[in-house]
Amino acid sequence: MTSSLRLRAGLVSIVLLAAFLGVWHLATRSTSATTTMSPEYAKLMGLTATQGKSAMPGPLDVGAKLWEHLRRPFYDNGPNDKGLGIQLGYSIARVGLGYLLAVLVAIPLGFLIGMSPLLSKALDPFIQVLKPISPLAWMPLALYTIKDSSISAIFVIFICSIWPMLLNTVFGVASVRKEWINVARTLEVGTVRRAFTVILPAAAPTILTGMRISIGIAWLVIVAAEMLVGGTGIGYFVWNEWNNLSITNVIIAILLIGIVGMLLDQILARFTRMVTFPE
Amino acid sequence: MTDKFISIEGIAKRYPGASDATTTIFENLWLSMARGEFACVIGHSGCGKTTVLNILAGLDAPSEGAVIVDGQAISGTSLDRAVIFQSHALLPWRTVLGNVAYAVSSKWRSWDRAKVKAHAQTFIDLVGLSGSEHKRPSELSGGMKQRVGIARALSITPKMMLMDEPFSALDALTRGTLQDEVRRICLETGQTAFMITHDVDEAIYLADKIFLMTNGPGAVLAEVVENPLPRDRGRTDLHRHPLYYALRNHIIDFLVTRSKAFTTEKTDHDSRNVPLVQIGKPGLTIAAGNDEPRQTWIPGTSPGLSA
Repeated sequence: MTSSLRLRAGLVSIVLLAAFLGVWHLATRSTSATTTMSPEYAKLMGLTATQGKSAMPGPLDVGAKLWEHLRRPFYDNGPNDKGLGIQLGYSIARVGLGYLLAVLVAIPLGFLIGMSPLLSKALDPFIQVLKPISPLAWMPLALYTIKDSSISAIFVIFICSIWPMLLNTVFGVASVRKEWINVARTLEVGTVRRAFTVILPAAAPTILTGMRISIGIAWLVIVAAEMLVGGTGIGYFVWNEWNNLSITNVIIAILLIGIVGMLLDQILARFTRMVTFPE
Repeated sequence: MTDKFISIEGIAKRYPGASDATTTIFENLWLSMARGEFACVIGHSGCGKTTVLNILAGLDAPSEGAVIVDGQAISGTSLDRAVIFQSHALLPWRTVLGNVAYAVSSKWRSWDRAKVKAHAQTFIDLVGLSGSEHKRPSELSGGMKQRVGIARALSITPKMMLMDEPFSALDALTRGTLQDEVRRICLETGQTAFMITHDVDEAIYLADKIFLMTNGPGAVLAEVVENPLPRDRGRTDLHRHPLYYALRNHIIDFLVTRSKAFTTEKTDHDSRNVPLVQIGKPGLTIAAGNDEPRQTWIPGTSPGLSA
């Protein structure tokens, strides 16, 4: 029974979560061992030494802080103190823009390459060399040429999300079934109409799979990119809170990065399902 | 006969093989068909039947020679020649109606949606798929899918239909029903049809003329067998016709033995005047004994073959 399987799986998930939170809570509980020291010295030492508190926040601390953030997600108290909603918004906007540019380049280009064996062979060495380059390696070059850190971050997103989409589009277009092409040919369908009515729907599931891989990579890269360029964004927030030694905020940021990444993936998964056809 | 609706004139197909050698699938192939005729091609795998059909469709180009349809040499595909594919080749993301409508709107580009839909619907009704218009190909059985393929081919009202083993993937019962349908539709609409088949009984039931091809590579059109059965033949009493077994045995003998050795044994074979076998006609005999010649022919009397 699928419904009972889902129910049981849900129960197991909840048990695992509870166990994890329990272990976390126990592990970060206050330790009683405190030594007496002079107040001067105590100021230099952390809470661990003076009050026996663990420096690693427990789940309750994180929960309380998270609640605080969720209540005021969009406050703006200057460059180093913005609400998490604003920071996530910056990151999502950068990813969205870089990703959109990549879509606009990768899909038409992939179509051309996929339909032309000559271009496919001619461009293959370039793609093979460019593809394995870590997107962050482009950062200095981007900063030097673009001279704007925010646009450089968008460029890095663009360059990292273009490859899976390009390669999947090429593969999808090149491997459209010969018989479907032949149907279009016997019906004297022109090249443009054939591209939109036969090749695009036939390749769409493969293209969407590439887009789904790309959005995942883009979201991975944005955190690192924002740590480098600074200013705004969830990646900068993580780095800033590390400098503030606020481990609680770092943990909250990690959680939110995971949730947003999952949502982005789910959106693309839904689009993929929409264009997938059963055979 | 002057009515040569389709004339294949000396076509060849060669592929570059290993170490500069070319593989010749067939060469110097001549055949012709009259308007409204139903022809079946029988031959073993690899004799180039599908290549001939693809050349007729315009999906493939011959290495030599030309194909003339209705007085004009063909170049490329045409909406005048509809193809029914072996694998039905329906677009899986479109519904039944969508698949047929795609063909209709390809032929009549200026038609509005309603007109295209109405036209497509008449052909869906013709193949007996009323009620399944909005199903996707994945929801249909093999036989129904092939019906959609037939409806799609007919909907563009082609001058001829090309069928590449259209029923080979179907079970025997469905195949029988679809053969009946195709036969009925072709007789009603006066379609010219060219069909590749492996099934001798299918050829006997459907064809007016049966083309026998020898084994490839280097295949030739060995002979043209005229179907002696009446045009209004029925599936159930087919085998009671006095010439049925003579015809069937002739074709099977060809496939089993003569197709292999034909090119080596018969050195004076004239590709332009392929013998026309008329089983049961006066003066032409099918001998029962093995020592007698199996058939005779009168060169030059065949319709369209004495080019």
